[in-house]
Amino acid sequence: MTLRASLRRYVLENHLFTDDETRLKDADSFLETGILDSTGIMELILFIEESQNLKVTDDEMVPENLDSIDNLVAYIERKQAAAS
Amino acid sequence: MCGIAGVLDWRGLANPIWSPAPALLADMAATLDHRGPDGRGFLSRPALGLAHTRLAIVDLAGGDQPIFNEDGRIAVVFNGEIFNHVELRAELQAQGHRFATRSDTEVIVHLYEQHGDDFVHRLNGQFAIALWDERDEARQRLLLVRDRVGIAPLHYRLAAHEGEHQLVFGSEAKAILAAMPQAPEVNRRALDQVFTCWSPVGGETLFDGIRSLEPGTLLVAERGRDFALRHRVHRHWDWSFPTSPEGHLQGSDESLLEQVRELLIDATRIRLRADVPVGAYLSGGLDSSILTSLIHHESDAPLRTFSIGFDDPSLDESAHQQRMIDFLGARHSRIDCTSADVGQALVDTVRHTECAVLRTAPVPMRLLSGLVRREGHKVVLTGEGADEVFGGYDLFKEAKVRWFWARQPASSWRPALLKRLYPYLAQGTGRADSFVRGFYGIGLGDPDDPLFSHLPRFDSTSKARIFLADPRPDGESLDAVRALMPADAARWHPMARAQYLEARLLMGNYLLSSQGDRMLMANGVEGRFPFLDHRVIELANRLPQRLKVRGLSEKIGLKLAMGRYLPPQTQARHKQPYRSPDAAALIDPATGRPWPFVSELLSPDAVRRAGHFDADKVNMLLRKTERSATSTGGLATLGSRDNQALVGIVSMQAWHQLFIESHRARPRLGH
Repeated sequence: MTLRASLRRYVLENHLFTDDETRLKDADSFLETGILDSTGIMELILFIEESQNLKVTDDEMVPENLDSIDNLVAYIERKQAAAS
Repeated sequence: MCGIAGVLDWRGLANPIWSPAPALLADMAATLDHRGPDGRGFLSRPALGLAHTRLAIVDLAGGDQPIFNEDGRIAVVFNGEIFNHVELRAELQAQGHRFATRSDTEVIVHLYEQHGDDFVHRLNGQFAIALWDERDEARQRLLLVRDRVGIAPLHYRLAAHEGEHQLVFGSEAKAILAAMPQAPEVNRRALDQVFTCWSPVGGETLFDGIRSLEPGTLLVAERGRDFALRHRVHRHWDWSFPTSPEGHLQGSDESLLEQVRELLIDATRIRLRADVPVGAYLSGGLDSSILTSLIHHESDAPLRTFSIGFDDPSLDESAHQQRMIDFLGARHSRIDCTSADVGQALVDTVRHTECAVLRTAPVPMRLLSGLVRREGHKVVLTGEGADEVFGGYDLFKEAKVRWFWARQPASSWRPALLKRLYPYLAQGTGRADSFVRGFYGIGLGDPDDPLFSHLPRFDSTSKARIFLADPRPDGESLDAVRALMPADAARWHPMARAQYLEARLLMGNYLLSSQGDRMLMANGVEGRFPFLDHRVIELANRLPQRLKVRGLSEKIGLKLAMGRYLPPQTQARHKQPYRSPDAAALIDPATGRPWPFVSELLSPDAVRRAGHFDADKVNMLLRKTERSATSTGGLATLGSRDNQALVGIVSMQAWHQLFIESHRARPRLGH
């Protein structure tokens, strides 16, 4: 499964409680749509760290990196490219 | 406290076939047995049936109800206590009224003779009253009256399909359900409200057609043409606050605090009046500690206290309780609750709340009142109301920071003040603040919105609406809350609006009912609330803000006024809100799987049959909960939104089974 697909599936299953792909657009802001609250963000970070085997640093916890599927994919791919 | 119920049908004046049948009144009374195990009383008239189930506390021998005036043409049944009955009786006797009993109930009929409908203003107490006046045969009337803040419950239903001829009422909805041949429909507006702000709003209940008579209101039922039932509801009291700085009480802090102290002492003293022993709830927090200390000072009787203990150390307050127990020399009993205990007791709790709940917090309160009963007590004093009246909730401080922030929304250091309130936010560096802004910044654009103080909470809770099969339009429930605000609230201090919302919505419709009266009465125990003495409320509402939340310190006035009654460590305690295990109560800790009763209630079949929730989403929530339970961090990693949603769904499914399915299934009774 691609990174994008696995992230989408995580958010759909754990925060929208559905497998209907049409309920989540890649550019949707989690904050603005209310999909995630503060605990939700922490859950998301835990998921990313465990599934992608990386560490999200404090100063990386910003909407630009975490607030949508598009932002997440870009952020994680950057991190993984930098690590290799 | 007790239980009351009744049926009014004016057609009975013309034709006895419509007179409320004694068998029906007996059935209604039977549903309220837990509220009044000590006696039964009935009144039968052509147009009216009244029932009373008695919990004997004052005038044990002579206080059976209904109680009548001198010529027997005014009758009353009531649930509650009139704490100033001694003073009222003296006054009424001086005015020529003759009393037949020593019961506090009797002052009601004589006060009504003396003052008409205004009698309620003279009462200091907690009450749900049904008063019948047949002095004028052509203009007989029934009054239903509820106390100012909502301590004693009262529900009613107008039989609209029969052309508004019949009024049925009762302390709890179950008494009214006993008079309904058909199962009730579910009130979808109220369900959406519960999943937005923890309870139905105003007079709504989950039962379509059954209303709660709102606190501080009075219903008058009279006869119209052709025996139609005419009724009107009007408000006799409301929480009210100054509309200008000059409207606050003037004077030195010292003199104001002295008034607070004197009133609290008197409010406690009159609530100790009973012909049975009186105990107290002691959570170990500031309010119950003040209360038990006052009781100790005002009463020669040995101090008897009760509390809850939890096996989860993050919820348990036993150490603080022990400090007060030692300080006062109290004899104390504690009921220890495991998460499993809470889970096992949830469904039976819903039978009493008569509503879905988003927190399990009521459950241990019912287990606690069971302990009180087993220890031979029927009455406890308890500290609810202090936070609403004196500004004790974290929410008030949070609202203060957010108002400050709203004046300069772009500021980055204003919202940083939130970290002083919520230490967990201070972890990590400043960059994580952007998410904090997103959550607490909700509504920043309109600080004059009457709901401003509560928007983050409502927004968070209403995420649970995602599970509703048929949610109401977005914003409808919040608009219902906005409609509660009185006209002059726009001129109050913003903190006063926040207090009003807490008092009217969360306290009136949830804390005092689902967590209060219903849990006490489930075991036939009466609660009494000194902080909700209306004189205390009216004084506190006019205290200057510097004596409520000062800076980011809460309940300043109460602490300063009453600190002398407490050991220093209790005075200095941080507020620890009462919490009960939520999702943790629903999962078997040994397996990480839901308890069997949870799996049954949440099975896709059961969910679809009830029709309130989306079965697939509920299934995913359950799976997520199980994953959480078996994860490294355990259930603690499940967020509060998911906890609330789970408890809300389980309790609503239980509610459906208890009140809708069983109603359909019950044998037809012979009336």
